Amino acid sequence: MASSATEYVTHHLEHLTVGDGFWTLHIDTLIVSWVLGLIFLGLFYGVARKASVESPGGLQNIIESCVEFIDQQVSDSFNGPKDFVAPLALTIFVWVLFWNLMDLIPVDLFPEIMKLFGVEYVRILPSADMNATFGLSLTVLVLIIIYSIKGKGAKGFGKEMFCHPFGSHPALWPANLLLNIVEMIAKPVSLGMRLFGNLYAAEIIFILIALLPIWAQWVPGVAWAIFHILVIPLQAFIFMVLTIVYLSLAYESH
Amino acid sequence: MGINATLFGQMITFLVFILFTMKFVWPPIKQAMSERQKRIADGLASAERSQHELELAKERAAEHIREAKAQAGEIIERANRQGASIVDEAREEARTVAEREKAAAEARIEQEVSQARAELRREVSQLAITGASRILEREVDPKAHQQMLDELAEQV
Repeated sequence: MASSATEYVTHHLEHLTVGDGFWTLHIDTLIVSWVLGLIFLGLFYGVARKASVESPGGLQNIIESCVEFIDQQVSDSFNGPKDFVAPLALTIFVWVLFWNLMDLIPVDLFPEIMKLFGVEYVRILPSADMNATFGLSLTVLVLIIIYSIKGKGAKGFGKEMFCHPFGSHPALWPANLLLNIVEMIAKPVSLGMRLFGNLYAAEIIFILIALLPIWAQWVPGVAWAIFHILVIPLQAFIFMVLTIVYLSLAYESH
Repeated sequence: MGINATLFGQMITFLVFILFTMKFVWPPIKQAMSERQKRIADGLASAERSQHELELAKERAAEHIREAKAQAGEIIERANRQGASIVDEAREEARTVAEREKAAAEARIEQEVSQARAELRREVSQLAITGASRILEREVDPKAHQQMLDELAEQV
């Protein structure tokens, strides 16, 4: 039983891959996140294309309240041009929310279905793949650098990197630079790790629950799933808000 | 597990999604929302304006009614006054006419009385003459005694 349990867990943590070494691609993560992203874009684009001013329908109301909510968050924390940041926040929030929702699909459903097609491994939860979460957070890092330069100018950005927080004496430059680089790297790492860690742990718990005898599964399963209804939007929200805050810090001189 | 090329795939996908959202999703939704907000604000403002206008109109109407009432009261009062004065005039005229009639009647009576008196006198004088002539058995010449007769009649 012990070995088969180990086997079961490790089997469920194996990605569907193509390629070798660093050039491995997690096909499952990519395809699931693309499909979810396309659902997101399709849903929102469909509403946006025929957005009605007079009589918004049910779907339009949901999407508008979502947009309103994001817009409010962005307006609260970001004092710059919102043309890019607001759509960025919307994309992060909805996309990550959809990723996280995959956690609520029974852990054996897709692996069993895919087994029928001869596919041995499949993980449908992109947030439990570091490549996905770091894909977002490293993009955010790039945006932080872009917004730092945009907001403060290349000179201002350089000055901040070299002259903060200890002082502008040239002897302190290496220390300043080192600290700033650590700080800069800490941001995307913490962003990516937080989302990954939460959802990976959740997935493991669901896998462990799935190891219980079938009559005992529903109690912890229901409890964990209900708890997860809180975690899923919360993690998406945290990722989005921190992204806005980081960009706002980068954009403003302080 | 572990970082691999999937990361780049995700980054590119992410960027494409952001750009798509920025171009085709966010602006139309936002525009529809702000348009609706504007319309609602306009609607509320115009509702408030019409409310205000309604109040003004009500006030004006009340003013009109008040004026009309005052005017009606004035007209009634004037009519009453006029009526009263017409009655007074009529009464005055009636009195004048009555007095005039009375005066005329009195004059006529006076005249008739004096006429009757004169008649009476004449008849008395006639009677006296007749009586005297009976007594005297002869003709009295009225002319000769006219003056005396007149004096007699005057005394009657």
